[in-house]
Amino acid sequence: MGIMLLYKTILASVILILSLVVAMYSTLIERKVAGFLQDRLGPDRAGPWGLFQPLADGIKLFFKEEFMPNTADKFLYILGPSLTMLIACLTSAVIPWGPDIVINGKTFSLQMADVNIGILYIFAIVSIGVYGIMIGGWASNNKYALLGAIRASSQMISYELAMSLAIITIVMMSGSLSMRDIVNQQQGFNWNIWYQPLAFLIFLICAFAETNRSPFDLPECETELVGGYHTEYSSMKLGFYLFSEYINMFISGAVMATLFFGGYHFPFIDKLGLSTNAFAFVSFLVLFAKITFFGFIFMWVRWTLPRFRYDQLMRLGWKALIPLAILNVLITGIVILLNQQRP
Amino acid sequence: MIGLTKRSKVVSNKQMSFWEKIYLPAILHGMWITIGHLFTKKATIRYPEVKREFSEIYRGKHVLKRDDEGRERCTACGLCAVACPAEAITMIAAERLPGEENLYREEKYASTYEIDMLRCIFCGLCEEACPKEAIFLTKEIVKADYERDKFVYGKDVLVEPMDPSKRIDISKRQTPEVLEFKKDTNQKHNVH
Repeated sequence: MGIMLLYKTILASVILILSLVVAMYSTLIERKVAGFLQDRLGPDRAGPWGLFQPLADGIKLFFKEEFMPNTADKFLYILGPSLTMLIACLTSAVIPWGPDIVINGKTFSLQMADVNIGILYIFAIVSIGVYGIMIGGWASNNKYALLGAIRASSQMISYELAMSLAIITIVMMSGSLSMRDIVNQQQGFNWNIWYQPLAFLIFLICAFAETNRSPFDLPECETELVGGYHTEYSSMKLGFYLFSEYINMFISGAVMATLFFGGYHFPFIDKLGLSTNAFAFVSFLVLFAKITFFGFIFMWVRWTLPRFRYDQLMRLGWKALIPLAILNVLITGIVILLNQQRP
Repeated sequence: MIGLTKRSKVVSNKQMSFWEKIYLPAILHGMWITIGHLFTKKATIRYPEVKREFSEIYRGKHVLKRDDEGRERCTACGLCAVACPAEAITMIAAERLPGEENLYREEKYASTYEIDMLRCIFCGLCEEACPKEAIFLTKEIVKADYERDKFVYGKDVLVEPMDPSKRIDISKRQTPEVLEFKKDTNQKHNVH
């Protein structure tokens, strides 16, 4: 029991540090990708190829004035960014990062908690994510922040529906809510994306909306709302908001890879004849590569598409994605039924 | 009727087809375009290490030339100031005293010569007007500063140094065509 607790603690710290470092470097990669897509070079002054830029940004954020509007609700004002950051870090708990590893004859799982309702857990956490933004926007006592927060909450609530409806098809197919089961059913190249391309498309679009990324970045919407919900924030509180966006990106990439792209599975790596631990490591790298690819897609889309107008956003969510998702559920149900009746 | 621009398009209100309505092909096409830019040559010049190449006849900060014996060529005739469209040049003329023959080429010289670099538009007309080949524009840039009065450049900045090794090469601006043109006495300003 003691060794398991120790292992879980280490794993949790590793995953936490990993997602923080990835989020840190996502900011650099984002700016690099932005630069390259716009025929520029991006930041390259801090260290070779700008590798220390995230450090410089972090130090800058720490040394900025800790500003608080005097009409703000002090408690909620601090709670907002803390909650956002906490929620962003929580989601990674149910993601299976790789197959089991064996140390001294004992088997350890590369998943923090194999909850049998893993998908529900993710949805629960993502829904709480709205509160961080909502509380922050409300507590700032600023009309732009409030408008941004209202937009964020209505946007996230609307797109959660379509998102969960898209996931229901995966649950229907696999018959389990556990992330580990869903991954293990996608051995080799038997990925869910081949069966559920529409669900993936809906999920992808909703993931953009849930992480408040362009083209759905209305909550921060610089051109209309100054900074949106974080207008009144400065220093590391602002840093938390910006940072959690990148953690969310990383985690949603992980969720997409897990649910649709076979998680840590890849054709033929199980035929390489690697030892258990090496195999686990390679599998983890595969998952990581998939996540990186999704991260790149997030950035790629951001620098391609302009921002939606608010009514367009709502129309897309309620009138296009939700009916499509329901249709997808229906079709999946019919196909499953027909398959069952076939002898 | 001649259009104002060749790019003008006739606007139509035709209904979008199904493929246009779902936007996805258009989005993919847009993403195809942006990914193409990932591999294009970048326009950025890494400034302090790499510098953009200037034209040989770049029109930058002015220089007041000395002749081969180190004497100032300017005679304070004021033609440059007259030619200047931005009225950036002012000067005060003075008479050369005995014993100053090694400093000034002719009997008259400019005791002060100021160019307001904030007014100057670097057109090069002063250089064209000068009958004495005294003022030229160089490849040097007028540096930025915090105060406006620092931009009024006097003789201390403009006159080229005595030291032969620090002389400023303006031969590129004296193209054969320019030299030939300056010999043309039909042009009023070339008569001297």
